[in-house]
Amino acid sequence: MSAADMVRSRVAQIALLVVLLGAYPWLIGEFYVNLASQIFIAAVFAASLNLLVGYGGLTSLGHASFLGLAAYLSGWLTLKMGFTHGAAAPLALAGATLMAGLFGLIALRATGLGFLMITLALSQVLWGTAYRWVSVTDGDNGLARLTRPAPFGINLDHATAFYYFAALVTVLAVWMMARFVASPFGASLRGTRDQPRRMSSMGHDVWLLRWITFVYSGFWGAVSGLLFVYYNKYVHPTSFALTSSAEGLLAVIAGGSGTVLGPLAGAAIVVLLKNYVSGYVERWNMLLGIVFVLIVVFMPRGLVPGLRRWRERRSGGRA
Amino acid sequence: MQFWVIQTLNSLALGGLLFLLSAGFSLIFGLMRIANLTHGAFFMLGAYLGASVMHAVPNLWLAALLVGLAVALLGGLFERGILRKLAGNSLGQVLVTLGMAFIIADSCLLIWGGDPIPILTPPALQAPLRVAGYVFPTYRVVVVGIAIVVAIALYLLMEKTRLGAMIRAGVDDMDMARAVGIPVSRLFSTVFCLGALLAGAGGVIGGPILSAYPGLDADMLPLALIVVILGGVGSLVGAFVGSFLVGFVYTFGIALLPDLAYVILFLPMIVVIAFRPRGLFGRATT
Repeated sequence: MSAADMVRSRVAQIALLVVLLGAYPWLIGEFYVNLASQIFIAAVFAASLNLLVGYGGLTSLGHASFLGLAAYLSGWLTLKMGFTHGAAAPLALAGATLMAGLFGLIALRATGLGFLMITLALSQVLWGTAYRWVSVTDGDNGLARLTRPAPFGINLDHATAFYYFAALVTVLAVWMMARFVASPFGASLRGTRDQPRRMSSMGHDVWLLRWITFVYSGFWGAVSGLLFVYYNKYVHPTSFALTSSAEGLLAVIAGGSGTVLGPLAGAAIVVLLKNYVSGYVERWNMLLGIVFVLIVVFMPRGLVPGLRRWRERRSGGRA
Repeated sequence: MQFWVIQTLNSLALGGLLFLLSAGFSLIFGLMRIANLTHGAFFMLGAYLGASVMHAVPNLWLAALLVGLAVALLGGLFERGILRKLAGNSLGQVLVTLGMAFIIADSCLLIWGGDPIPILTPPALQAPLRVAGYVFPTYRVVVVGIAIVVAIALYLLMEKTRLGAMIRAGVDDMDMARAVGIPVSRLFSTVFCLGALLAGAGGVIGGPILSAYPGLDADMLPLALIVVILGGVGSLVGAFVGSFLVGFVYTFGIALLPDLAYVILFLPMIVVIAFRPRGLFGRATT
């Protein structure tokens, strides 16, 4: 394939994606439009976690911190402080990103399992605080009766309007994150994952690379949190819970960590499983646990790398 | 004054329970490099099993022993059947323990339902203790005593027995331990079962204070994690000191600043991580 062909094929792919995403709500009922919106939210969340897990080699079990914090901040600012969405959204993002900066300072004192335990402990602290700090968070009742914003006067309360909004944010987020990992910075980050000592002796500040990634990942986690709270118009302490972080991690690992498409596919799988299967058996946590065990034992590299290898083997066989 | 005395005792009792939970967690982590996220679920399962066993065997201590053994058996099966297959893949192991924690927690909800199940204090310990004009709940004093006895027993096991020497060798240098012929694989199972036993029995012993309820695992696991982060992994002394530290900070946090108890919990963690990232008693590992 020549370079021009590659460009043409890439343009065709993007055009196809735009047409598919644009036409989807017109082809199908509202239930499925909402399902797609949920997949977008989970996809942004999983993709942001993937920056740490897949490219930084830092497995976090506390990523829900940033989703939950942005959601709570947005809810609290609009509901209790009388802010408009236009002011609350940037403040919520800034607050959650700032918290990511702080959490990064603490958690990155360790790597590996230590990092995992500290991120988990930190997110559980937020979880417990959300339950107990009733005057701010309304405790176990959660912040209810929230509203969706109306950017440029467009009412997002309609499923289709929200779908387009979420799709737009998701495409932007995924594109930005793909640019991030494809950049020289992303290459250095992968270097710190594979050979931290060598990177350090080559003069890279491994800690700083990791911290910047942590903050950037927290920022996009917060973006998914805003989408989350706009979609649900409600936020409860469970959005900080271990289950919430674990769902994101499952999406990353099921889809394939360290790939751009993997977490998106993984997020779709997790959301579909949650909506369909648990509609029949009402045992989502058990199912989540079982899927976790099965994926780790039988498909440790995830779906997307698995499929890619299978395709390469097929095309290799034909050549 | 009574307030401070009682809260101190409550802190000590919570610290004792946390020690039963986190000693095993810390040893498993130190030896096997597995962050066993199932540990909180073992504790909760222990509490529920204890409540049920006590219908048949109305003796808390016997129930704690039986339940501890049952949870140890479950832990052993889990370690041999699944964790063992993922040796060398520490991330995979953590994820599997997380999955297992969800499975156990949801099974408990399925079997025992959503309402809290109380576990009765042994009748002999129901009368409060009166010392120097203060009234103490007797059972909490006993829990502290149990934790101290277990701590001493574990200390002797680790420092004075052949098994303990092998465990310490494994924690310090796994490859060398293997090379000199220590059966590391059997050691793993032993330590994992021991940790599960302590967690399960701890759930029963904690029952009269905490009772068995859905979410007990999620309440206890972060406390145990903070204990281990504070104390340092693989260190019994660290688990002991960390448990009582967290017991005090958490109990007084809830009593004095109920809204922000969890935030206060996080302060000692930040200080310790900032100055001693391996924890108060953690040692550099190779």
